[in-house]
Amino acid sequence: MILIGERINAGFSDVKEALKARNAGEIRELARKQTEAGADYLDINMGAVSKDPADMVWLVETVQNVVDTPLSIDSQKAEIVEPALNVCESKSLINSTTAQDDKLDKLIPLAVEYGASIIGITSGKEGAPQDVNGRLEHAAKIFTKATEYGLGVEDLFIDPVAMPLKFMQEQASNLLDSINQLSNISDPPPHISLGISNMSSDASEKSLINRTFLVMAMAVGLDAAICNVFDEKLMNSVATGEMILNEEIYNDSYVETYRMNQ
Amino acid sequence: MQIPDVSSKWENEISTVKIGATPEEGGTRKETVTIGGQTAMPYLSFEGSIPNRPVTAFEVWDVRPESWPEVTKEPFEEVLGEPAEWSQKCEEEYDPDLLCLRLKGCDPYGKDRTPEQAAKTVEKVLEATSLPLIIWGSGDKDKDNEVFTLVSPAAEGENCLLGTITEDNYRTLSALGKADNHKVIAESPVDINIAKQVNTLALDVGFDLEDIVIFPDSPALGYGIEYVYSIMERTRLAGLKGDRLMAQPILANIGGEVWKTKEAKITENEKPSWGNHRKRGPVWEATTAFMYLQSGADLVIMRHPKALKEVKRHIDRLMGDDGKDSS
Repeated sequence: MILIGERINAGFSDVKEALKARNAGEIRELARKQTEAGADYLDINMGAVSKDPADMVWLVETVQNVVDTPLSIDSQKAEIVEPALNVCESKSLINSTTAQDDKLDKLIPLAVEYGASIIGITSGKEGAPQDVNGRLEHAAKIFTKATEYGLGVEDLFIDPVAMPLKFMQEQASNLLDSINQLSNISDPPPHISLGISNMSSDASEKSLINRTFLVMAMAVGLDAAICNVFDEKLMNSVATGEMILNEEIYNDSYVETYRMNQ
Repeated sequence: MQIPDVSSKWENEISTVKIGATPEEGGTRKETVTIGGQTAMPYLSFEGSIPNRPVTAFEVWDVRPESWPEVTKEPFEEVLGEPAEWSQKCEEEYDPDLLCLRLKGCDPYGKDRTPEQAAKTVEKVLEATSLPLIIWGSGDKDKDNEVFTLVSPAAEGENCLLGTITEDNYRTLSALGKADNHKVIAESPVDINIAKQVNTLALDVGFDLEDIVIFPDSPALGYGIEYVYSIMERTRLAGLKGDRLMAQPILANIGGEVWKTKEAKITENEKPSWGNHRKRGPVWEATTAFMYLQSGADLVIMRHPKALKEVKRHIDRLMGDDGKDSS
């Protein structure tokens, strides 16, 4: 599993305050701790705090001061993404584009130009469809555009959009069906990712819902997740899921070994 | 029509393990040996790099090896029971890359030699030779722990490869190896899960991934070789895919396994239809080594000079160093 640490997000009050005050220490600490916890990428999201590309560049440079973990630039605006990619020192991920032409035609060429990967979310002008076919149509469009622009399938992530279980309970099975079908869209398939924490939005058993859904989704083809890497139970579930899927060789200390391998 | 490129690209590199230390590095070896470091499956150089050749070690015992078949004793008859002279003869006449000193004489059910005697033997062998050294215990775990307590410091600075640590006996030898700067052999009995577990345990007690060589056992041709062939292959695939705890060089103990088999041992007098045993035995040993080299072994321990010679030639051919056009 490719794990994208979600914590450097100005939707969290500590990050919001740190970004406003340009408090590098707080951001660095989150970068270091998420890396230690096993994040493969660190998502960088300014939320509603700023629309200034210079703030995103500051966040990227601040994080790169302490870790060399690849970064996920969380914005759909090319004017924010490009300056950030320009200062990224390792392979990065654009998070994200929707299936709308104006976004695809700006952001996919940027990914190609900077050697970055990109997440395409199955959402269009009318928002994110809830049924399986709607999701697949958007995915097909993203996939076709990516191919046209010469983006390698290994650099394409499709996100079929997780919706809160508490409010849209019937969505979870649609989502699992979508993941299953997306994993057959090509051979090899693109990566399939989800913002896992959306599943448990406003629910009582957040961690339990997140990790249970995550392993169910892994079983049908999910191979990337934006998630809380500080959630030890979730990380142990990922380790166990990978072992059950025979992607890792079993040993008696497999949970510990999984951490060593991160 | 364009032929599609089906070569694989791997994410990870096999750990590099260096054995031996020159005087500049605090030892007395003339040269060191480095294994591992590849980013491709065995000999598929078009998929990645293979910076280090597989290497050979020649087996020497601390006592006269009474259990060896005559045909393996004959080449060394005048030096058997004299490990320093025996080691010297191996180095001078047969040119292996390393020597493997087996402390079989320390076996409590055999000659039960003391740790002090074993340490003296190790010192003498190091003095008489200039090749990097593997030191392998008797196989009795309690006795080996006692023996290595003196043997490891006796070889301090020489960066030897000590064997073996196992799932239920790793603390003592790991601590000694770490203290005296040696490498260790992580042994697992034809079981990939245990191989990974032993490596995890070794890391837990402070070893680095560059300090470990995997020994998944190496049964002779005809005695389960296909199981270990698969294990070595799967281990290497996992290592290249990114499992750092499976990404260590692999060792195969060829001579010790092959010369237990009837196919290698039985003389022509006993089985006339099997042909000349002086040829058959070494061929059995060399063929077993060929198989393990093909599945991923980086270090093979040999016993018969003829088999060693064939294996060295085979490695030259596999690495394209035999002067012949392989196209």
